Amino acid sequence: MPSGTVSHGASGRLRGLFLVMVLVFLEGSVFTVAVASSDQHSPTTAHSGGHKATDHGSHNNTGKAFPVLDLNYENVRVPFEISLWVLLASLMKLGFHLVPHLSNIVPESCLLIVVGLLVGGIIRGTGETVPPVMDSKLFFYILLPPIILDAGYFLPIRPFMENLGTILIFAVVGTLWNAFFVGGLLYGVCQIGTETSSILSRIGLLQCLLFGSIISAVDPVAVLAVFEEIHINELLHILVFGESLLNDAVTVVLYHLFEEFSGIGSVTLLKGFLGVISFFVVALGGVLVGVLYGILAAFTSRFTSHTRVIEPLFVFLYSYMAYLSAEIFHLSGIMALIACGAVMRPYVEANISHKSHTTIKYFLKMWSSVSETLIFIFLGVATVAGPHDWNWTFVTVTVILCLVARVIGVVGLTFIINKFRIVKLTTKDQFIIAYGGLRGAIAFSLGFLLKKEHFPEREIFLTAIITVIFFTVFVQGMTIKPLVELLAVKKKQEAKRSINEEIHTQFLDHLLTGIEDICGHYGHHHWKDKLNRFNKKYVKKCLIAGERSKEPQLIAFYHKMEMKQAIQLVESGGGIKMPSAVPSTVSMQNIQPRPPTKPAPERAIPQLSKNKEEEIRKILRTNLQRTRQRLRSYNRHTLVADPYEDGLSDLFLKKQKMFQIEKKPASNKVPMIQVDLASPQSPDSVNLLDEFGQANQQEEEEQGLMMKPPSRPREAKKPSEEDEAKDPQKLMRCLSDPGPSADEDEDGAFLP
Amino acid sequence: MYNYRYYCKNLHKYIHIVDVCFFTVSQEQIKNLYQRFQQLSGNHEKISRDDLERIPALNNNPIRKQIITAFFDKRNQHQNDVGSLDEIGFEQFLMVMSHFRPVNSTATEEEKAIVRKQKLRFLFNMHDTDNDGIITLDEYRTVVEELLSQSGAIETEVARSIADAAMLEVASTNVPHMAPDDFYEGITFEHFEQILKGIEMESRMSIRFLDMNTATMRCGKLSS
Repeated sequence: MPSGTVSHGASGRLRGLFLVMVLVFLEGSVFTVAVASSDQHSPTTAHSGGHKATDHGSHNNTGKAFPVLDLNYENVRVPFEISLWVLLASLMKLGFHLVPHLSNIVPESCLLIVVGLLVGGIIRGTGETVPPVMDSKLFFYILLPPIILDAGYFLPIRPFMENLGTILIFAVVGTLWNAFFVGGLLYGVCQIGTETSSILSRIGLLQCLLFGSIISAVDPVAVLAVFEEIHINELLHILVFGESLLNDAVTVVLYHLFEEFSGIGSVTLLKGFLGVISFFVVALGGVLVGVLYGILAAFTSRFTSHTRVIEPLFVFLYSYMAYLSAEIFHLSGIMALIACGAVMRPYVEANISHKSHTTIKYFLKMWSSVSETLIFIFLGVATVAGPHDWNWTFVTVTVILCLVARVIGVVGLTFIINKFRIVKLTTKDQFIIAYGGLRGAIAFSLGFLLKKEHFPEREIFLTAIITVIFFTVFVQGMTIKPLVELLAVKKKQEAKRSINEEIHTQFLDHLLTGIEDICGHYGHHHWKDKLNRFNKKYVKKCLIAGERSKEPQLIAFYHKMEMKQAIQLVESGGGIKMPSAVPSTVSMQNIQPRPPTKPAPERAIPQLSKNKEEEIRKILRTNLQRTRQRLRSYNRHTLVADPYEDGLSDLFLKKQKMFQIEKKPASNKVPMIQVDLASPQSPDSVNLLDEFGQANQQEEEEQGLMMKPPSRPREAKKPSEEDEAKDPQKLMRCLSDPGPSADEDEDGAFLP
Repeated sequence: MYNYRYYCKNLHKYIHIVDVCFFTVSQEQIKNLYQRFQQLSGNHEKISRDDLERIPALNNNPIRKQIITAFFDKRNQHQNDVGSLDEIGFEQFLMVMSHFRPVNSTATEEEKAIVRKQKLRFLFNMHDTDNDGIITLDEYRTVVEELLSQSGAIETEVARSIADAAMLEVASTNVPHMAPDDFYEGITFEHFEQILKGIEMESRMSIRFLDMNTATMRCGKLSS
């Protein structure tokens, strides 16, 4: 938070905070009233029934006056309550950031759970039953998908693919280890038990294993919520986060397996074998479904150039369909969603407009943010709702076992993994990975799904799950930030990708592929290169509309960078000096080769041949005339690219032009006339007049603004004219219907 | 006709001690590379440029010319020599390959820095074709053009603008305040190191195949 204007800022924030508290209080009271009133109405009152009842009422009381004001809550009950919850969640989010320093100490997830506890407590305090908000259907079909889609769509592909082996080992082997370790040891503890052994000893091995599989999965929601605030380096982030996403397949398989087995009661080797097969089916099937829908979405986006408005809708719908389709077959919906988002992104982004891209980004962020908030609040409410069965032994043993299992699992697996990695994982890394294994709402929902008939110990399980969730979120969530500081773990590099790094990344890729080919070794660079070429040759042609399909990645990156700079320029008020990370006075002039001897004051025009000089004078004269005409008859249609709708665009053009004089990296036509003509080795000199002639035809009205003393206009004009020669195309492409701009997010290559 | 045992015994003579102290080379790897060398050279002692150009997989590589040139570049042989060779023998082949070794995980920070510098030097030599110690704008433009050469019909304008932008970035980060009349000669090695410090070169510029930690050869002594 800005600590700038101290007194004003502080009082402003306090005022805001006060307002938010008032709103929340009002809302909370409305909410409890609503809940109370809804419970008073008979729950079976149908919508039409309600109507009839009121109609009847009004007919019966014909003596009464016409009801000017009538209360009918039943009709709007459900949407009203939903909106109230969402509003509460959003206000909470708002409130946290207004309270000074709070968000630095306590992660949001903790605060939200506390709020949920409070709300649940208030509802219970007023004597009403707490609504069962943590309905599993609601969670899995409404609340979870936006978060996962947001994660999948913006997944940084390059680090993910580079570390895929590690992530998979952690996700699959690690989760299996956790499940069996916790389940098995818990069973052992239950059997040997203490005074309460009568209750515990009834819990069978399969039930324990099921419990172990529920509790062992690292939760993506919790990980996202906590890791977002600590800004650790990309590698650790992608490892823990990737693990939390990919272990869904394992969890799904184990859950269904053990649920099935506990129902039947007998385990055979065949069933175990089938279980292993079903894991592959679930995981790969989920990915396949996701890829299919992703390709469909990319293909659809190819044709949306005339209906830009519904482009975001396609992205959301196809992704959601992928999730639901995977759920139909009990495949891993999360993996389907991730695969769909990751596959469709590079192609969709090449096809859709800039505005659609922004829309998608903001809608995803908005939905995932609200979902996350709601999930944590509901977790708090569900905790108050119960039903609970506290069993000291069970709960404490669970918590301890979870921790121990995680640590052993991570250390053991890292030992094996480090043998295959080039960049080894250090002890610090291992600690963060182990410590970052947070459990969350998915575990709770899975526990909630258990049927009471099959699992009499359901309440014990739920209580234990909630305790583990609270422990990980509160204790680990709160302490991970200071620990990261203490251990001096490498933080995320804030520096933006520079074009030099991009060039050299590509260069290195090709270099290493070449060396591998010379060695005769088909390493992963070789295959990556093959995949890239396949992608470029066939896939991109299919899925990307028009010209963009042929654009190489370096150029795409460069255009994005240009676009970003241009937007930055306009946003900064169009100052001539672009706000750059490194304030520097270096401009294009400093780079272009020029003869060592250079007379100082006048930009010398050495050895200009007679007719060349004549040409130049003629051009200058004609431009002057044209400019005067231009100034009089300003017409929108003389603008370079027609699609500009508002005057802001020519303002933008002018500013860009002025900016270009000072420092414009995108044009190479800066060399001045003198230089080119004087230095015979420069290839520019030959084409000069052609370009000049060409530039002549481009009628720009901006030239009029550039009139300065005679020695200067040549430099000023030259860049503007020649820039215009190239800029129209670029601007036309960039601004009229520009592709998505580069963000902090990944660049758009499929396999960069 | 030498066999690889001869090379293993004499390898420490050919490889400059300071630079290779931290590389690990195993007998297995030398054997594999030797076999490949024989394959490429058609069982001769030396390979020429044509031998390398005949590798079919390299055809799709946009920078194959530079890669092949790098093998014959004397600067990569660590003997303070300049120029280029027409043919290289196995020890020179190995020398060039050694630039792509991953750094040993037990190496200290200084060792890693030395390895990193060496790899960056290799890259720098690839760009600096006239060996004047700086990468001029033209040389950089050539690099970008070559990179984009296989991507279909690219206007040279775009390639040049990219190179210009990159050059500008280097200049801005390294020499922030230049008067309008100053001229930025080109990217020196220090500037090159500076702009690429975001990329962890010691791990990125390595081939996994060469990372088998069986025997280690440190400072010229074979110990296994």
